[in-house]
Amino acid sequence: MSNFEQNGPGFPVTESIRVDKVSPRARLSHALRAIVVIIVAIIMLVPIFVMGLTAFKSRSDVVAIPPKIIFEPTLEGFVFLLTNRSQLRGEALEEAKANIDNVGIFERIAITNGQSITGPSDFIKRLGNSVIIAFGATAASVVLGLLAAYAFSRFDIPGKDDLMFFILSGRMLPAVVVTIPIFLMYRQLGLYDTHLGMIIVYTVFNLSLTVWLLKGFIDEIPVEYEEAALVDGYSRFQAFTKIVLPQAATGIAATTVFSLIFVWNEYAFALMLTSETARTAPPAIATMLGRGGIEWSAIAAGTLAFLIPVLIVIFALRRHLLRGVTFGAIRQ
Amino acid sequence: MSGSNADLMDVAVTESPAKPKQRRTLSDRTLANLMIWPTLIILIAFNVFPLFYSLFLSFTDYSAIAFREPQWLGFENFQRILESEALWTSFSITGRYVVLSVGLELILGFGLALLIREQFRGSGVITTIILVPMMLSPVVVGLFWKLIYNPTFGYFNYLLGVNNLATPPDFLASRWAGQPTPGLALLAVVLVDVWMWTPFVALLIYSGLRAIPDYLYEAAVIDRASSWFQFRRITLPQVAPLMLIAVLFRTIEAFSKSFDLTMGMTGGGPAGQTEVIAIRIYQQAFQGQLQTGRSSALAYMVLILVIAISNLYIRNLNKAKEG
Repeated sequence: MSNFEQNGPGFPVTESIRVDKVSPRARLSHALRAIVVIIVAIIMLVPIFVMGLTAFKSRSDVVAIPPKIIFEPTLEGFVFLLTNRSQLRGEALEEAKANIDNVGIFERIAITNGQSITGPSDFIKRLGNSVIIAFGATAASVVLGLLAAYAFSRFDIPGKDDLMFFILSGRMLPAVVVTIPIFLMYRQLGLYDTHLGMIIVYTVFNLSLTVWLLKGFIDEIPVEYEEAALVDGYSRFQAFTKIVLPQAATGIAATTVFSLIFVWNEYAFALMLTSETARTAPPAIATMLGRGGIEWSAIAAGTLAFLIPVLIVIFALRRHLLRGVTFGAIRQ
Repeated sequence: MSGSNADLMDVAVTESPAKPKQRRTLSDRTLANLMIWPTLIILIAFNVFPLFYSLFLSFTDYSAIAFREPQWLGFENFQRILESEALWTSFSITGRYVVLSVGLELILGFGLALLIREQFRGSGVITTIILVPMMLSPVVVGLFWKLIYNPTFGYFNYLLGVNNLATPPDFLASRWAGQPTPGLALLAVVLVDVWMWTPFVALLIYSGLRAIPDYLYEAAVIDRASSWFQFRRITLPQVAPLMLIAVLFRTIEAFSKSFDLTMGMTGGGPAGQTEVIAIRIYQQAFQGQLQTGRSSALAYMVLILVIAISNLYIRNLNKAKEG
């Protein structure tokens, strides 16, 4: 082998190897690859598809053996998820059934199950908490991150690499490890189970992501633009707001969305630092299982309601996905 | 203040001397500090300070539900932890989890990367689709896999062709044909981890593959090197740095994200068979006796381990960035 490396093939080259011509065999293998990749993609999607199906199944269809692929879709799961209901008996039930054509679709499903809707369920509140906390923490971490990222990108800061490492290292720590002291601290400060407390935790957690990602995006903007602006009499800060911010708009948007997804999906902090007022959707979905008589369709419906925003975002962001996950190290 | 682009370009090209600006009071140094310190302060207050606090607690017998001052214990907590068998069990479960999932993800991810290496029509959409599982909330993913793994009406057994309804395999309870089969639940969790993260590893490796210059392969073809030789001497060494990054990244994640996934699927069960280290800390700190001091000590041990791995990770990231 070593001889081969040093001296070439060791036999005369008698035929040319053309790299510009695609042989039928290469074409076939190309097609085969494409087919395999498509099959892999389908396998990847099966579990999500199953979950989507389950969300629209009735209670008896969920536990059918073998699992049903074709069934009559119903919104039962969503009704169970989004409303509180009380059992109807005797005359009240008869009356409700007589009136079934005059009520909305949710009420109708409840009546078919012998129940009446008494109000919206906790889950709506949990989703609301998720939205408030995700947006609050994202706004804070993107604004702070943007300032820090610009400074790290453009100014000569002593100990820059160490500071950047310090900022990133916070994120590497398992949530459980960091939460114990934060839990005690929050109890003292009265931040336990508050929206503000969760916004602060997630801001801290996401700052590493926003600083690293945004620094990468700002690094890509040629520094000459700002220098020209400075020469033109802009102040540093004006150069930042009028030149850099518009140029970094795509990057800021991508970073914002990543931050939103991370908060939206987070479970460990929410589990340990909230109980009632500020509890977000992921631990709420998880505790639904704890109660007696598992309503799989309600869980699937909750999961689906929770996933749809993420799916939309993934497609909007597909060019930046890898970059976001690796803190800007890898560009797709 | 002329802000139009035309003016800006003009000035840049002719390089007219900068107008002295009296109004500019902030030096670059001050501005840099003003921009960085808010971030640093919030990190110090809510990240560094709590960690010092828990370092203190780890030397005490403090319990979050006991309303008395923590008693100093010295190294007793650490000693107890190192002597306890349960700790090593958790570490070995975490270890098996990491080795199995990262190993499978690397092998499958490499295969997938080689497959998507050549673009074809629609490959962009497909590479996005396969990333979907990774972006989902691990605990929610765990929950719906719990449904898929359900022994009687789950899809997994159905697709396996199981029609033995009396004693169907129950993966999350580690039961196969009615017999307890230790390790099955961990495998089931690992499978979901692999489902979630293989595409990520594949895309990392793919970005490494794309960076390999074509002339290396052309030279190899001219030298009539076999494709195995090309793979071993060109492809593998060129993507090795990215594979290392993938391994380190997934290892760090296994300490944190494995918590969400296993909590969603098994909650550490059956009989502690999937009790990864994070779940163990959680149970000690927030359930039962609330042994805050003891769990802080355990958390600190994990912390040091994770910091060491992330140090390696970031160094390799920087290398990959420059290379």
